[in-house]
Amino acid sequence: MSEAILTAKNLKRHYEVKGGFLKPDATVRALDGASFTLTPGKTLAVVGESGSGKSTLARVVTMIEPPTEGDLIIGGRKIGPEGASGDRDLRAMVQIVFQDPYGSLNPRQTIGQTLMEPLLLNRPEVSAAERETRARDMLAMVGLRPEHFERYPHMFSGGQRQRVAVARALMLEPKILVLDEPVSALDLSIQSQVLNLLMDLQERMDLAYLFISHDLSVVRHIADEVLVLYLGQPVEIGPKQAIFEAPRHPYTKALLSATPVADPALRKERIKLEGELPSPMNKPQGCSFNPRCWRRQDVCTKVEPELQGQGHCFACHNPIPLDETEAA
Amino acid sequence: MALLEIRNLSVDFATHSGQFRAVDGVDVTVDEGDLLAIVGESGSGKSVSMLALMGLLPWTATVTADKLEFDGQDLRTISARARRRIVGKDISMIFQEPMSSLNPAFTIGWQIKESLRKHTDMTRSQRQDRAVELMRQVGIPAPEKRLQAYPHQLSGGMSQRAMIAMALANKPKLLIADEPTTALDVTIQAQILELLTGLQQETGMALVLITHDMGVVAETVQRVQVQYAGQRVELQEVGGLFQNPHHPYTAALLAALPERATEKRLPTIPGVVPGQFDRPAGCLFSPRCSFADARCIAQRPSPAGPELGRALCHYPLIDGQPTGKESAA
Repeated sequence: MSEAILTAKNLKRHYEVKGGFLKPDATVRALDGASFTLTPGKTLAVVGESGSGKSTLARVVTMIEPPTEGDLIIGGRKIGPEGASGDRDLRAMVQIVFQDPYGSLNPRQTIGQTLMEPLLLNRPEVSAAERETRARDMLAMVGLRPEHFERYPHMFSGGQRQRVAVARALMLEPKILVLDEPVSALDLSIQSQVLNLLMDLQERMDLAYLFISHDLSVVRHIADEVLVLYLGQPVEIGPKQAIFEAPRHPYTKALLSATPVADPALRKERIKLEGELPSPMNKPQGCSFNPRCWRRQDVCTKVEPELQGQGHCFACHNPIPLDETEAA
Repeated sequence: MALLEIRNLSVDFATHSGQFRAVDGVDVTVDEGDLLAIVGESGSGKSVSMLALMGLLPWTATVTADKLEFDGQDLRTISARARRRIVGKDISMIFQEPMSSLNPAFTIGWQIKESLRKHTDMTRSQRQDRAVELMRQVGIPAPEKRLQAYPHQLSGGMSQRAMIAMALANKPKLLIADEPTTALDVTIQAQILELLTGLQQETGMALVLITHDMGVVAETVQRVQVQYAGQRVELQEVGGLFQNPHHPYTAALLAALPERATEKRLPTIPGVVPGQFDRPAGCLFSPRCSFADARCIAQRPSPAGPELGRALCHYPLIDGQPTGKESAA
């Protein structure tokens, strides 16, 4: 296995919220202690409900925001609470593709300008002619035609725009690509085209992917490793096989059972989760999943569980036994 | 007799660049107590056809149909006033984004009671009781208190429950749910779908579920209608549709599901849904279809028989193989 390109240890990102009259200031623990590594050519998928801290994680990893606490080491360099401002080479190593291909492209720039802009800003030594060559090459690489170079974003379909967004992210030859729900705004028939493209590019350029998604069937297809977040905390992390076939944390199991499977012969009994995600401003005592958990014990309401295990880790006082997961 | 019968419904929009046909000759039949899904990608006309039924389209739309009957009443000739007596009472609808479909300026209670006020002669206290009962029915805790909440004080799942309570207020015969769970998380989605199907069984109303999620379809409904570019391309029982799709589009769509993939590379459907200016002359799916030939490009197909899922195709598939090619040649 090749060397890790990114290591995150106990990564935290908190936001201070100003109170008001008779209302004290509060801290939102949007991301609370995530540890993982990214390896070239491999995909780590991050799953969880809205409010679980998936997008905060993406913002911290791309250095849009510095971590409040914890270590983030990218390509051997450490990023502390002061962030990575000014370090263009470091920033160029991590690029991001956003969910909404309509909102993330500048409508007044042609596709060519959009693709050349990262080079213009970050690689001023590259000549104009060379910039254009590289942009045209990239266009071909993501499966768009040369005549698309002069066109504007509104002339493209959603799938094509997402290709442009991927091409733009790859212009600076990054090592890590953060994909924040890259296919959830796309129709099914287009989704598979974009997923195939992402897998091709990963193989060709040896990229490390941080793939954020709420769609577990897509994750199952594309991921090597899966990280499950709940209220900003990792509850389970491990190889895809282990997470999908033998989940140990009750939340992972509930999430899997809530996902509809496109096979009418397989209508199954679902684990019904009561209630909704609590507010990250006022987390429950002990394990943050305990108010919705059906395996809750006394200890769960008092002591916060630690992430335990090697390779396949989970944070639970009363994990699902291995023989039970195999039966399911 | 069918509760809802739509024959050859077409909807045209007047746009800056000319007429655009969003719905193209669609048939829908819903029986009492039916559970039907309409699936399709964006632009397949699934929402527009139901909005046409509800009379909720803007003035730029022209609706034509050979038959548009609900519960024995012809909705084409009915006056706007008479239509409003049916809509919200016997037919009601739930929309995709609960957050933006509720009026932020009024409490949930006011909005639930509004339809009771319009359609029944209940007294104020009867309306209050009914609203509490509805809130309980859709599983909202502390209903008396929540009736006084404004939409922004509720989460997405709770707002969607409130929308369902509003839609159920007058015990409709037909409930249309337009992507009711698309904006919600999977755990909440499971709760809402269970609630909808539970209510459907309990009250015996018919439920039409509009969705693009094949997983939701497989787990919830009995019959499925597949739409593509404004046309109905297939109608089948859910089991048959997933096992033996008869239209090449349905087959390709199912093959593109990641969970059905047998290898790392996913099968794709080349190209995109036709737009306003590139609608093919023949079969609308022919530019993207792997079985298409000269006849498909030139001629519009007509629907096959019910044994072939009424597939809108010259060569409906059986077990993945096109049929009738030899006789045509």
